[in-house]
Amino acid sequence: MNPQTSTSRPLIPKRLDNAGLEHAYDLIAEAMDAAPPEKRTLFLAKLAFVLANLVGDDRQVAQAVEAASRDL
Amino acid sequence: MHQPDAQPRPSIFYDYKVHPFRSPPALQGTPDAASVAIVGAGPVGLLLALRLAQFGTWSVVLEQELQVSHGSRAIVLTRRSMEILQQAGVAPRFLQKGLPWANGRSFYRGQEVYRMVMPHSEDDRFLPGLNLQQQYIEQYLVEACEASGMVDIRWGSKVIALQNEPGGATLRVDTPAGEYDLTADYAVAADGGRSTIRRLMGLRMEGRAYAGNFVIADIAADLGLPTERLCFFDPEWNPGNNVLVHREPDGIWRLDFRLPEGETAEQALEPARLSDRIDKILAMLGKPAPWKLDWATVYTANTLTLPDYVVGRVIFAGDAAHLLPIFGVRGANTGVQDADALAWRLAMAARGAPAGLLATYSHERVQAAREICEEAGKSTRFMTPPTEGFALMRDAVLSLTLSEDFPKDLLHWRTSRPHFYADSPLNSFPEENAAFAGGPGCGEPLANVRIGPDDFLLDHLTEPGFHLIAFASSAEAGPDLADFLRACEPLPLMRVLVAPAFGEDLRALADVCVADPQGRVAARYAANAGTAYLVRPDGHVCARWLSAGADDVSHAFAIAAGAAS
Ligand SMILES: Cc1cc2nc3c(=O)[nH]c(=O)nc-3n(C[C@H](O)[C@H](O)[C@H](O)COP(=O)(O)OP(=O)(O)OC[C@H]3O[C@@H](n4cnc5c(N)ncnc54)[C@H](O)[C@@H]3O)c2cc1C
Repeated sequence: MNPQTSTSRPLIPKRLDNAGLEHAYDLIAEAMDAAPPEKRTLFLAKLAFVLANLVGDDRQVAQAVEAASRDL
Repeated sequence: MHQPDAQPRPSIFYDYKVHPFRSPPALQGTPDAASVAIVGAGPVGLLLALRLAQFGTWSVVLEQELQVSHGSRAIVLTRRSMEILQQAGVAPRFLQKGLPWANGRSFYRGQEVYRMVMPHSEDDRFLPGLNLQQQYIEQYLVEACEASGMVDIRWGSKVIALQNEPGGATLRVDTPAGEYDLTADYAVAADGGRSTIRRLMGLRMEGRAYAGNFVIADIAADLGLPTERLCFFDPEWNPGNNVLVHREPDGIWRLDFRLPEGETAEQALEPARLSDRIDKILAMLGKPAPWKLDWATVYTANTLTLPDYVVGRVIFAGDAAHLLPIFGVRGANTGVQDADALAWRLAMAARGAPAGLLATYSHERVQAAREICEEAGKSTRFMTPPTEGFALMRDAVLSLTLSEDFPKDLLHWRTSRPHFYADSPLNSFPEENAAFAGGPGCGEPLANVRIGPDDFLLDHLTEPGFHLIAFASSAEAGPDLADFLRACEPLPLMRVLVAPAFGEDLRALADVCVADPQGRVAARYAANAGTAYLVRPDGHVCARWLSAGADDVSHAFAIAAGAAS
């Protein structure tokens, strides 16, 4: 049990409170379950693209892509 | 004929005592009656009996076995449970043996991703958690019940039938010496998750059961780790399934992990398979030490409750009333709060208080159970994702926590907490309650306050019954406060006076004097001279006034004691 620490610095500020995060968690989980399994990736790509548009900021979208790409 | 196992259960750390079955007078033909009969000598039945004894009510406890819990089962007592056990007079024994803790660490892919720090302040006497095996919890409660001289524990006595009638309940009891009937004014079903009484009455629980089996294994091993809760998400040897590790007294460690999909309980408990997994967990802990198994079992997660805990003359408490997930240590701790909420009302009902008082027990505790089901459901969805969508979200959050901080709190499952009975029918004077700028409001449990070294407010409120906590601002009582306290004297409650210091006259006005030289209690309770809190026997506030009058106290007392408002 010798925990290593991640070398990457956090990129994403916390904007939602815990209740908000939980709500989003449930909402997306349920939407994924509602989509046919073979269309789930398509749904997620659409969702990410829609959210990028809502964020409305190139740099932040790039950071979100980088954060989500780590530790897959 | 009921034949309970008379061989001590095997254990490498706990010495089981086999209690003798004693033939009751009813088997010699003398009719048998009790004011309160409690079915089940688990933590809930025993604590209820002990609290009833403190309120002056005799009870008979019927227990099918001759010995305490098989295996350590519920091993974590919360601070609220310890406060209740303090009121019950047994806390020192628990503290002597138990292991207190406040923190937890969670790991994912070898990295510490979350550090759980449970709230704790210098005003708390007890730490957030105390680890103690259920055998000891029950043993200490049995000993306290015996010492009270007001609890008749009948070992080896199994309830097999029941008649629930308007004036009382009759229990059919099967024993090694034959069957007999016991009539009781009230029967309490504290007979656990597989409640016989619930089945006999054909009652159904509401809620849901979660998929997935978990193994609990208790091992003796010398791991040299501190007392904290460890959690490993998605370990390599058991993909997608989490592992929890807790320390117990006597050099015992609790390992808890979810089984891979599709594996049965029998397969999981096969000795070779189990011991391979235990080795893997110890390797993951970096402690590949030799170990010995004490006990292992398989459980599932449920969020189920009966919709009503009072059915005629039968009252449900603990696992018989609800089945809750053990994440967040909810099983036994919720039952402890049930027992505490029920005891005083049942003692009053047994003395003829209006039936409505018991109905408020059901009102408060069913609501508490529903809230717990809702909260625990969220944790359970994280620990055992019910669908592909939830599994993907869990994996996404875990992966993000390796580099990001924002989602880390989602890794913490809420822990059992005391409930706020904000809309209890026993509360009154809502406007006066709302006028306070702080302090525990109506329905909330009292807040503890440190008044000196090893001296806390709740240490002074251990007399069984209602308390009136009044505040003075100097060592002398003004005429208003003196009149108020004198006028409250005839009420059946303890008058607790909190003052910076006590002159002789002031001391004579109260049953309990709490010196608060630094004004810490007054500040925590947002109190001025003349402020008063009316507190139920289970330590929940039911009315409060910034400036109290005796007529209002008397009225609020009548409401809290079950007279209609
Ligand atoms: C295998 C297992 C593992 C658990 N692990 C954990 C854990 O890790 N953490 C946690 O918080 N909780 C755990 N729990 C839950 C915890 O043990 C319970 O929440 C707690 O014991 C509830 O107390 P109780 O008094 O309501 O019921 P119980 O402790 O179940 O007591 C009920 C008693 O009633 C007796 N009884 C039953 N039927 C009859 C009858 N017809 N006549 C007479 N007597 C009867 C039983 O023998 C028993 O002694 C576990 C439970 C089980 C079963």
